[in-house]
Amino acid sequence: MRKLIPKTVIYIVLTVASIIALFPFFWTFVAATHTESQIFNLHYTFIPQGNIIINLKNLQLAMPIWNNLFNSVFITVVYTVLILVVDSMAGYGFTKFRFKGRDIIFFGCLATMMIPQQVTMVPLFIQMTKFHWVNSPQAIILPGLAAFFGVFLMRQNFESFPDELIESARIDGSGELRTFISIVAPAMKPAFAALGILSFVAQWGNYMWPLIVLNANKSYTLPLTLSMLVAPGNVIDYGAVMVGAVLALLPVLIFFLIFQKNFINGMMSGAVKG
Amino acid sequence: MEGVQTLDFKIRRRLAPIIFLAPFIIVFLVFMVYPIFYSIVLSFTKFSGGMTTFVGIQNFKYLLTEQLFYQSLFNTLLILVIQVPIMTLLAMIFGSLMNSALVRFRGLFRMFIFMPVLIDAVSYSIVFSLFFNANNGFINGILTGIGLPAQDWFGSGNLAIIVIMIAVTWRWTGYNSVIMLAGLQNVSNDLYEAASIDGANTFVQFIKITIPQLRPVIIFSVFNSINGTLQLFTEINLMTQGGPANSTMTIVEYLYRTGFRDFNFGVASAGSYILAIIIAVLTLIQMRAMREKA
Repeated sequence: MRKLIPKTVIYIVLTVASIIALFPFFWTFVAATHTESQIFNLHYTFIPQGNIIINLKNLQLAMPIWNNLFNSVFITVVYTVLILVVDSMAGYGFTKFRFKGRDIIFFGCLATMMIPQQVTMVPLFIQMTKFHWVNSPQAIILPGLAAFFGVFLMRQNFESFPDELIESARIDGSGELRTFISIVAPAMKPAFAALGILSFVAQWGNYMWPLIVLNANKSYTLPLTLSMLVAPGNVIDYGAVMVGAVLALLPVLIFFLIFQKNFINGMMSGAVKG
Repeated sequence: MEGVQTLDFKIRRRLAPIIFLAPFIIVFLVFMVYPIFYSIVLSFTKFSGGMTTFVGIQNFKYLLTEQLFYQSLFNTLLILVIQVPIMTLLAMIFGSLMNSALVRFRGLFRMFIFMPVLIDAVSYSIVFSLFFNANNGFINGILTGIGLPAQDWFGSGNLAIIVIMIAVTWRWTGYNSVIMLAGLQNVSNDLYEAASIDGANTFVQFIKITIPQLRPVIIFSVFNSINGTLQLFTEINLMTQGGPANSTMTIVEYLYRTGFRDFNFGVASAGSYILAIIIAVLTLIQMRAMREKA
């Protein structure tokens, strides 16, 4: 209710902020259609040109890009599905059952959320080497499942689920797993959506750990492919790189535009991630 | 028959929590608990050729006398104390403006401003390094277009660190604005109405109402950003590789190099624990601040 700032000023500020926020997206798409010399031109043109197919061909020559795209999709999808299953089960286990040591285990797990990823980086790498998992998707997927954040998030949501409903299902003779799958989980769709979106976006853009544990062209994920293309000393075509960036950008962007509201709420629930 | 059924039932209820928790706990023990402890061991050893030798606190001693480690701490803190306040202020302003009752299309603005967090960190780092490219990058194009000299953005330490700060601010301001907006939507409009009647101008309202009411949200957003900045890596790794002359070397870029370029596992582990201690202390301060009343 700040009537003192004129309406037009508010609109101008928000419009300028929106343009700044969107401009790099727009630029990425346009640059994917340019030749390298058009990208590095002082008199830059924002009109799309016809070079996208050539850029894509150059990209295919430089990297096994379809393998890399497949790796990204495979790792992200499998990881997200597993996170949803494993973390929701554990979150439910911590909320709706009483057993000895429950709270101690819970707080012990919670404490690990404070520890930065870099602490486990070296030992995990040694572990992956011993398991012969270097360059394999499970080297990304399984250690990623050990993060407690998703369990914590699901527990927060399960707490509000009425115990009476679970109890009456038990009296009706429903097994615990069946109760969970057919009664509890369907009521928790927003929580699943939030965790799913968050995990998907995080894993899709994951860089540091893949950089450590994937070192063969064919095993790269998209962010890693892009980073290798622009690594110092590599002579590459920036038009091709921008096509790669578009490939990395599109899936998340499409999901976002379809599920916009859920998406923002889901990402915000990650706000506790720290 | 009854007795058998209840016994069966009891066993199942006993087993249930184990079934629900086992998948997570197993993964957690193997890929979290074990590495956390192994990392402590590594930080007191020298690792070479798959063999570890105990060296006491030598790795910590080395780090505390290593000039580059201090520089990476300093650079990280420099980015932190400049970038986080600017971004937080911008986020509060955008959050307030989006919350203004005058604004239509709020959902649309929220969506646009939020979008930078969607792009993966590698792609946006590449895009920003192209924007600030010394040879006819987009930003130099604008500068020369309005009659200013082009800059060698990644050639000077000060400029390179500014580019990093601009990029991080571009990516995270919208996200924090939406956090602020969500917080503001819980602030009663009556407060602003009453202040308006009392003749308080926008600035006074911002200082006297918005900031105190938003306190928990602001604390949360600030510490979240501090934590992110302390772990700044991808932007550095892609845009500057810590250069020029180590002027953008951050803690995590340093740890990455020590661990995976020099394969100095002991020192990298010791350094990661120093980072963990910094983050733990900040987390405790945050918990304190959250608990305190406004």
